[in-house]
Amino acid sequence: MSQVSMRIWRGDANGGDFETYTVDKQEGEVVLDVIHRIQATEAPDLACRWNCKAGKCGSCAAEVNGKPRLMCMTRMDQLPEGDVTVTPMKTFPIIRDLVTDVSFNYAMAERVPALLPPPMPEGGYRMFQEDVERGQEFRKCIECFMCQNVCHVIRDHEENKAHYAGPRFFIRYAELEMHPLDQNDRRELAQEVMGLGYCNITKCCTEVCPEHIKITDNAIIPLKERVVDAKYDPVAWLGRKIRRGSKRSATDAQVQPAP
Amino acid sequence: MTTATVTEHHDYDVLIIGAGGAGLRAAIEAKQRGLKVGIITKSLLGKAHTVMAEGGMAAAMGNVYEEDNWQVHFRDTMRGGKYLNNYRMAELHAKESPERVWELEQWGALFDRTPDGKILQRDFGGHRYARLAHVGDRTGLELIRTLQQKVVSMGTDVFMECKVLRLLHDANGSVAGCVAYWRPSGEFVTFSAKAVVLATGGVGKSWKFTSNSWEGTGDGHAMALWAGAELIDMECIQFHPTGMVWPLSVRGILVTEGVRGDGGVLRNSEGERFMFNYVADMFRAETADSEEEADRWYDDHAAGRRPPELLPRDEVARAINAEVKAGRGSPHGGVFLDIASRRSAEFIRRRLPSMYHQFMELAGVDITREAMEIGPTCHYIMGGVKVDADSAATKVKGLFAAGEVAGGMHGANRLGGNSLSDLIVFGRRAGMGAADYIEGGATRGGFDQGEVDKAIADALAPFTREKGENPYDIQRDLQEMMQANVGIIRNGAEVDAAIEALEVLTERANNIALSGGRQYNPGWNLATDLPSMLTVSKCTARGARDRKESRGGHTREDFPGTDAQLATVNIAHTTTSGDWRDAITTTQIPLLAMPADLKALLEEGK
Repeated sequence: MSQVSMRIWRGDANGGDFETYTVDKQEGEVVLDVIHRIQATEAPDLACRWNCKAGKCGSCAAEVNGKPRLMCMTRMDQLPEGDVTVTPMKTFPIIRDLVTDVSFNYAMAERVPALLPPPMPEGGYRMFQEDVERGQEFRKCIECFMCQNVCHVIRDHEENKAHYAGPRFFIRYAELEMHPLDQNDRRELAQEVMGLGYCNITKCCTEVCPEHIKITDNAIIPLKERVVDAKYDPVAWLGRKIRRGSKRSATDAQVQPAP
Repeated sequence: MTTATVTEHHDYDVLIIGAGGAGLRAAIEAKQRGLKVGIITKSLLGKAHTVMAEGGMAAAMGNVYEEDNWQVHFRDTMRGGKYLNNYRMAELHAKESPERVWELEQWGALFDRTPDGKILQRDFGGHRYARLAHVGDRTGLELIRTLQQKVVSMGTDVFMECKVLRLLHDANGSVAGCVAYWRPSGEFVTFSAKAVVLATGGVGKSWKFTSNSWEGTGDGHAMALWAGAELIDMECIQFHPTGMVWPLSVRGILVTEGVRGDGGVLRNSEGERFMFNYVADMFRAETADSEEEADRWYDDHAAGRRPPELLPRDEVARAINAEVKAGRGSPHGGVFLDIASRRSAEFIRRRLPSMYHQFMELAGVDITREAMEIGPTCHYIMGGVKVDADSAATKVKGLFAAGEVAGGMHGANRLGGNSLSDLIVFGRRAGMGAADYIEGGATRGGFDQGEVDKAIADALAPFTREKGENPYDIQRDLQEMMQANVGIIRNGAEVDAAIEALEVLTERANNIALSGGRQYNPGWNLATDLPSMLTVSKCTARGARDRKESRGGHTREDFPGTDAQLATVNIAHTTTSGDWRDAITTTQIPLLAMPADLKALLEEGK
């Protein structure tokens, strides 16, 4: 049976190095299978985060040969011949080995003002398929945070994390903005507090999305356009001033009352 | 390394263990009652096994078939469960699930729509009408994200990657909290609470071929048993008929029942649509007896009877198993699930996007052009903690349970789509039950420090041994043993062998040796999951031994029929000392007696 050398980064916040494990190749295996085999034999303490092993939960993101991938959906036989290198996502602080501290994303999630729908009529809301489809695309997001990982605004500039929500949350803002029931207006918040303007549309996020969400074209660009509309449309401006716009202006971390 | 003190402690009114659909829904309810709520999860928030649910959540909203109502849903659920269900749970579930689904829309869920803008509902096995609210084939993700976002917007404390070791009691014997450790740091933490809700999901990780993630180790089942609660129906395990079988590394990954609901059919190696040969008498009157009749049904349920592919899951899984045994299986030991020859590529990609994706990327199979190879996979446990239907209360004061960890709702076999609705109906009721209990005067007292010390000493013991067992070896041996002896078809000799083997595995698990530190150490994490896995496996094997009949998710080849006496009882398990190594007592307890009006509903259309 032929073998493959896995170069896996091992260490913690204090530093680390690559360790090489040579394992048998088995038909149809994905990178996560190989990691599991190494855990079960040579290195029971090799840290790796995973859950569903079916591309649905987004837990096992790492960088395989330098590219962000879900380890459970990356087949070994589709990688180039030679050693396979596995490293943790670069943008987030290391906990141990392949596991990173992704709490930045959860902190950003807490700052998204909730949906504000009108009261529900008897027998449920009426919404049409074409109106929910735009939001449904963004709700496919499995929160693997690979888009956040590759976004150079925070990958290369740690200091931007304080004022930049990142692509995962721009699709969330876009989803709520396009939600047929929502009455909140988060455009100013997205632009002024969440750093939408920092995104210069390099589409790195879209390229790595395992759900093939068109993050830049379908979420970020339309969101930027809506921000511009809100800013320069004198009617919308007046509406905001006299607080009679169709949407309520939501602020950072504003917690909405339960409907 | 071998000694540890607890340096962190938290106080809550309601503590929820598990952050899947049931746990999050319970948290929302308790929070809305003004209580201080904490949620503990072994993983990150939003990764719970609920995300794996594909097809939808069953609720008799009547959006597609106006004839649908709670009475029909109740009847379908009881028949699917082979009447072993806690009737009151099935009744509440059928009555309340529409409200729970509509409520999700107020929190941001975006379901697929009917042409007139209502929530679209799809067909599934065992449901008389198209009843499953869904979003393509990723309904579980929609549920978890909606509840997650709601919980976060309410400002709830969530302890992520925190593993609970055991429940703690106060001086009166009420459950008063728990002891846990943080996976990232390995540090121990205690929690005090006036009420604890278990929402820990299932047990599937004890089988070799399973759709369950690593988390499905039965922690809540086991902790409830150790804490003094009863487990029932643990022999009733659902083997989902359609899991992937190839490549081997993905064997067990779920293929949604929605494939069959949307027109997919099962064929053997001879191309025969074999399910027509496996229609049990109980379902004959409502099942099509020709392909032509079955095919008419998809477009108009009045024009023909249901296709046999949409029989309840236990029936379909047994049929597949029999075809493979008879030598008519697919090359990799399954059968064929064919939608490619029956629906357009565009339809398949729109209705089943993640199935398309999953087969394309993992197996190199284009399901719009080729049939899928599938076979049964361990998917769900119907059994669980015995609870009061209305309040989700267990027999231990202060302890509640909801979702897969609770038993009774689904009887001997769960219908597809009834799980997600179970989570939101009984998650809410557990939150209500806990809140009512607290408003009734429950206080937060201390807890038994001895229980804390013992749990920590147990957890750390593997680090004290120079030499011993590898936890991964024990897990593998457990999975292979349970797959072989307590799988889809069982017999007395194999079940007895399993009961003996579990004692040997317990001894081995008592002798694990580990290296490395406590910080995010998966070997150690597994070592602390094994006591739960072994405990629930013992209950399953003992239940399988004592239920000398075949019913739903429990099939005995030596007792192929049903038994009139066993039809009236749950098999229940208890333990006395709270130690995971100790003996389990197994008895029969009578089913809840059903009122006459509900009995009459079951007679209709029989």
